[in-house]
Amino acid sequence: MIKISGIYKSFGDTPVLKNISADFQPGKTNLIIGRSGAGKTVLLKLLVGLIPPNEGQIFYDQVDFLHIKKKDLRTLRMKVGMLFQGSALFDSLTVEENIRFPLDMFTAMTKKEKSDRVNTCLNRVSLDGINAKFPSELSGGMQKRVGIARAIVLNPSYLFCDEPNSGLDPKTSLVIDELIKDITIENNMTTIINTHDMNSVMEVGDNVILLHEGKICWQGNKDEIMSSDNEILHDFIFASPFLQRLRHAAVSNGFDI
Amino acid sequence: MVITKLLDHLGKYLILMGSAFSKPEKTSMYYREVIRQMHDIGVGSLIIVFIISLFIGAVTAIQFAYQLDGTLVPDYYIGYVVRDMTIIELAPTITCLVLAGKVGSNMASEIGGMRQKEHIDAMEIMGVNTAAYLIMPKVLAAVIIIPILVAIAAFVSIGGGYIAAVPTGLLSGQEFVMGLRSFFIPYNVFMMFVKSLVFAFLLTSISCYQGYNVKGGSIELGKASTNAVVISDIMILLADYLIAVVLI
Ligand SMILES: Nc1ncnc2c1ncn2[C@@H]1O[C@H](COP(=O)(O)OP(=O)(O)OP(=O)(O)O)[C@@H](O)[C@H]1O
Ligand SMILES: [Mg+2]
Repeated sequence: MIKISGIYKSFGDTPVLKNISADFQPGKTNLIIGRSGAGKTVLLKLLVGLIPPNEGQIFYDQVDFLHIKKKDLRTLRMKVGMLFQGSALFDSLTVEENIRFPLDMFTAMTKKEKSDRVNTCLNRVSLDGINAKFPSELSGGMQKRVGIARAIVLNPSYLFCDEPNSGLDPKTSLVIDELIKDITIENNMTTIINTHDMNSVMEVGDNVILLHEGKICWQGNKDEIMSSDNEILHDFIFASPFLQRLRHAAVSNGFDI
Repeated sequence: MVITKLLDHLGKYLILMGSAFSKPEKTSMYYREVIRQMHDIGVGSLIIVFIISLFIGAVTAIQFAYQLDGTLVPDYYIGYVVRDMTIIELAPTITCLVLAGKVGSNMASEIGGMRQKEHIDAMEIMGVNTAAYLIMPKVLAAVIIIPILVAIAAFVSIGGGYIAAVPTGLLSGQEFVMGLRSFFIPYNVFMMFVKSLVFAFLLTSISCYQGYNVKGGSIELGKASTNAVVISDIMILLADYLIAVVLI
C-alpha cells in the first residue's frame, strides 16, 4: 500500500499540487486522471522520488519514503517498476537488452533464465519475436509496451504507469489495461496509473482520483462515476460532444450505462 | 558571486564523485562497461594521438635546431631536447588537451542525452546507482588507457623528431640517438605517468559532471559539451602547473 498525505508542490511561484492526500491499495488498479497539465506526471514522479515535494508525507507500506536512507531507497526501488510517459527506453540497446537490463543488474540468473523471462514479458505485451529490434525501429505504441515489459520484468510490488494507453489504438489499449489489471491482481501489486483515456477509466478503475487545479476534486470507483453528480468529473469523462449527446440520450431514456 | 558559484559547483562535483565511487551493484556489468570504454577511448583516439604527437616531435626538433644554429651547443642536444620536452610536457599535456576535446565532449553529450531522455531517471527507478554506473567505468577506463596513449604519444613524438631532423641533414642518426641517451632522468617518466593519470581523471570526471547535470534542451546539451572541454582544459593546465611545482 502507498499512502500520501498533505502533498504540496510548486515550481517557483506556480503551485502544481495543493494538499493531496490519498491511499493506494494493493491488488487494485489506482487511476489518477485529469486534464493535460493537471499535474499527473508531477504527482507520479513525486511518488517515486524523482521530484521532492515541498511538503507532505509518502509511505510505502511501513516505510517513510521521504526520510529513507539512500541505500534502503535503492533496495526498495528494485521492487518498483515504472513506465515513463515517453517510454524512456535505452535507445542504443535492443529491445531484449532493454528488458534484460534490470535482470543483468540485480539478479544472478543464468543466460537461459534471463532470456526466458524476457520472452515471457514480451509475450505478455503481445510483442513476441521483436527481441533484436532497436527502440527507434518501433512505433510509439510498441515502445510503450516494451516499456511495460521492462517495468514488470522483476515482478515489482509497486507499479507506476504514466499514460500507458496514449498512442495505442482502442483494442491494444484494452489489452494493455487488462494486462496491467491481471498482473496487479496476480502479484498483489500496488499499481498507480496516470491516464486521460476514459475507456481505461471505465474498464479498470478500481480507485479513480480526479486531479483538477492542483487538488483532488473527486475520488471513487468506476461504478460510482455514473451516479456522481460532480460537474468537473462529467466534463472530463464525457468531454466530446458525441459522448455528451450519448449520455444525454441514455439518461433521458432512462438507460443505465 | 562568481566565487559562490564556483564553490557550489565544486561541492556538487565532489558529492557526485563520492556517489560515483561506491560499491557496484554487479561487478560484471561494470566490468563490461569498463572494457567498452577502454576500447572506445583507446582505439578511438589512437589515430589522432598518433598524428598530433608525430608533428609535435617534428616541430620541436626543427625549432630547436633553428635555435642552435650558429651556437656552440652540440647538435646531439636536439635528440636530448626532443626527448625531455616530449616526456615532461608535450606528450601528457597535449595528448590530454586533445582527448578532453574528443573523449570529454563525447562523454558529456552521451550522459547529458541520457539525462534529457529520462534514461537516468528510468535507471534510478530500477534502483541503479546511476552516478556509479555511468561515471565510474568511464573514469576507470580513462585512468587505465590514457597513460598508455600518452606513452605511445611519447614514442611517436620522438620518432617524429627523428624523421624531421635526420633525413633533412640537421644531424646524423647516430647523434640523434646519442642525444636521446644523454642526461636521462627516469624520474621524468614517472612524472609523465603521474600527469597523465591526473589529467585522465580530471577530464573524464569533469565531463561526466557536466553531462550528468544537464537540464533543458539541445542548446544546453551543446553548452554542457563545450563546458566539458573548456573546463577540463583549464583544469588540466592548472594541474600541470601544480604537479610541476610539487614534484620537481
Ligand atoms: N520541471 C518543471 N518545472 C516547472 N514546471 C513544471 C515542471 N514539470 C511540470 N511543470 C508544470 O506542472 C504542471 C503539471 O504538469 P504535468 O506534467 O504533471 O501534467 P500532466 O497532468 O502529466 O499532463 P499530461 O496529461 O499532458 O501529461 C504543468 O503546468 C507544468 O507546466
Ligand atoms: Mg503527464
